[in-house]
Amino acid sequence: MEKDIREDIAWAKINGDVLKSLENPRKLYWVIVFAALAAFGVGVGCEVYQYNVGMGVANLDNPHVWGLYIATFIFWIGMSHSGTLLSAILHLMHADWRKPIYRFAEAMTTFSLMTAGLFVMVHIGRLWQFYYSLPYPNERGIWPNFQSPLLWDAMAIFTYLSSSVIFLYVGMIPDLAIARDNIHAGWRKKLYTLLSLGWEGTDRQWRNFRVTYLTVACFLIPLAVSVHSIVASDFAMSQQPGWHVTSFPPYFVAGALYSGCAAIITLFIILRYVFKFEEYMTLPILKKTVRLTFAIAMVWTYLNAVEFASVWYSHDGASKDVLIQKMTGTYAFAWWGMIFCGSIVPLVLAIKRFQTNIPVLLVVSLLLNLGMWLERWMIVSPTFSHGYYPWTWDHDQWPSLVQWGMVFGSFGWFTLLFMIFCKVFPSVSMYEVKEMVYHRSLHLKKGDTAEQGAH
Amino acid sequence: MSQRHILALFSNFEDAEAVIYQLRTANISGFKFDDLILKSPIEHHEVEEVLGERSAKVQWFTLFGATMGGLLGFWLISGAQANFYAQLKGGKPIVPLPPNFILTYEMFILGGVFISILGFLICAGLPAKRSPLYSAKVSEDQIGILVKAEESALAKIKQVFLDHEALEIQEEAGK
Repeated sequence: MEKDIREDIAWAKINGDVLKSLENPRKLYWVIVFAALAAFGVGVGCEVYQYNVGMGVANLDNPHVWGLYIATFIFWIGMSHSGTLLSAILHLMHADWRKPIYRFAEAMTTFSLMTAGLFVMVHIGRLWQFYYSLPYPNERGIWPNFQSPLLWDAMAIFTYLSSSVIFLYVGMIPDLAIARDNIHAGWRKKLYTLLSLGWEGTDRQWRNFRVTYLTVACFLIPLAVSVHSIVASDFAMSQQPGWHVTSFPPYFVAGALYSGCAAIITLFIILRYVFKFEEYMTLPILKKTVRLTFAIAMVWTYLNAVEFASVWYSHDGASKDVLIQKMTGTYAFAWWGMIFCGSIVPLVLAIKRFQTNIPVLLVVSLLLNLGMWLERWMIVSPTFSHGYYPWTWDHDQWPSLVQWGMVFGSFGWFTLLFMIFCKVFPSVSMYEVKEMVYHRSLHLKKGDTAEQGAH
Repeated sequence: MSQRHILALFSNFEDAEAVIYQLRTANISGFKFDDLILKSPIEHHEVEEVLGERSAKVQWFTLFGATMGGLLGFWLISGAQANFYAQLKGGKPIVPLPPNFILTYEMFILGGVFISILGFLICAGLPAKRSPLYSAKVSEDQIGILVKAEESALAKIKQVFLDHEALEIQEEAGK
């Protein structure tokens, strides 16, 4: 069986390789950064235009009050679940193969939440009134509606974002100390000295670090589940056809984990090449991630079938009409695209020889996320185009270029933040890789000793 | 008598463990075992067994933070809803428990996470200035043992370090 990581890698080499990635990436890094900057520029341009001219340019109207903005908001919230899965859930399960890859998954969590937050502002239109969505006492004595899932959503996302940032930072302190000790003088050294808080790796620090990391991980798991359940409640608690489904919260959580895992595969492949991490982001680790993604894809497929069955057998004519309209109407190509990308394409992951085939996995992971984005769009828009009242039956509504531009820009914004993070902070956890190497070499030694004893 | 620091670096945990064990049992006058600090590039559970009971108190901060977060959340929300006495509620409860539970739950987690981190910083003594004897090799691949002891005890401690093949020994300058 292939090893997740070589147990004879020198610890100094681990430091050296990871710190080198901060200064000396492959040229593709800069290509990605400039492409992301250009995409982000398109998004900014669209937002400026929408801000100056008004929300009408987005082609959002009554009954189509939610469009790509909310669909993409859900997509980015979903993407954020990957970090929690790898950092917290697999940490509690003692799956040590997560160690070389969890840091960038945590960063993904943080940046996708930041991207999702942008869409709330973009969707509101009145950027300067963004704070209305948070519960705060104000001079007019008007309080938000505490019974509204939209308010729960704002609170849950704030909690998740702040906790994820803290989790990412605290988990990085020992690595920041390594960077502080080994990097040449300059702005980086000052930054790492400040952020490492004087960490020296004493037994007292490690002991408290371990307890804290475990505690925050325990908090993050129910928090992540609650965040996406609450996002699902934005829909499921309404009376709109196609949304009032009991299985929505688990369906959303499964979808979130699914898109997060697919994004991990994409970024795994990119980071492995760009930062020359072939020794740490190994093919056996990729294989495990792929198998995990396949399992979650099947759960998502099952829950999708449950959702369709619930609607089909519910005797709710309007919900059934929405489902039929999704399959056969204006959005049919997107709906069938979702089924193809989300349920058929992942079958490739079940074939052993493709589980470590990097070009195939790159294409498949991108298709999976395309499917997951289409899924969110298919949840939001078709329902608005066919409500309970006949005046809402407007099946031909199509998002304007401004909406598409903003969605495109969000990918640029996310990629930009992510790539800058990976260049400034260690994207592979050095101390955890050392732990992995240490425990594996110890295990090997014990095995050898036992074998000698047997002879 | 004045106390001074001495730091020894070792190439592996086995040597460091042996040193700690010997210093613990040696009964050297002018040296208290609690003044021994182990510095390592990774967390090492086995060494903790040799170091003895040194508990972490972060979980008490967590308990306090989570409880207070939840209570504060519920109190703020229901306090705001209590202002609605002035408004017509149509027979619905002024403080509805099921929806309030969700925000209370979020505040429970928020409080737990924030105060745990505060507890971590307090318990781990961070942020801090680095101790006078610090070697960057500890963040690479070596294990450091930092000891504070009376000057009279330093020679014996140094001998223990040398007996276990210390790679390097640093001593704080005398005052």
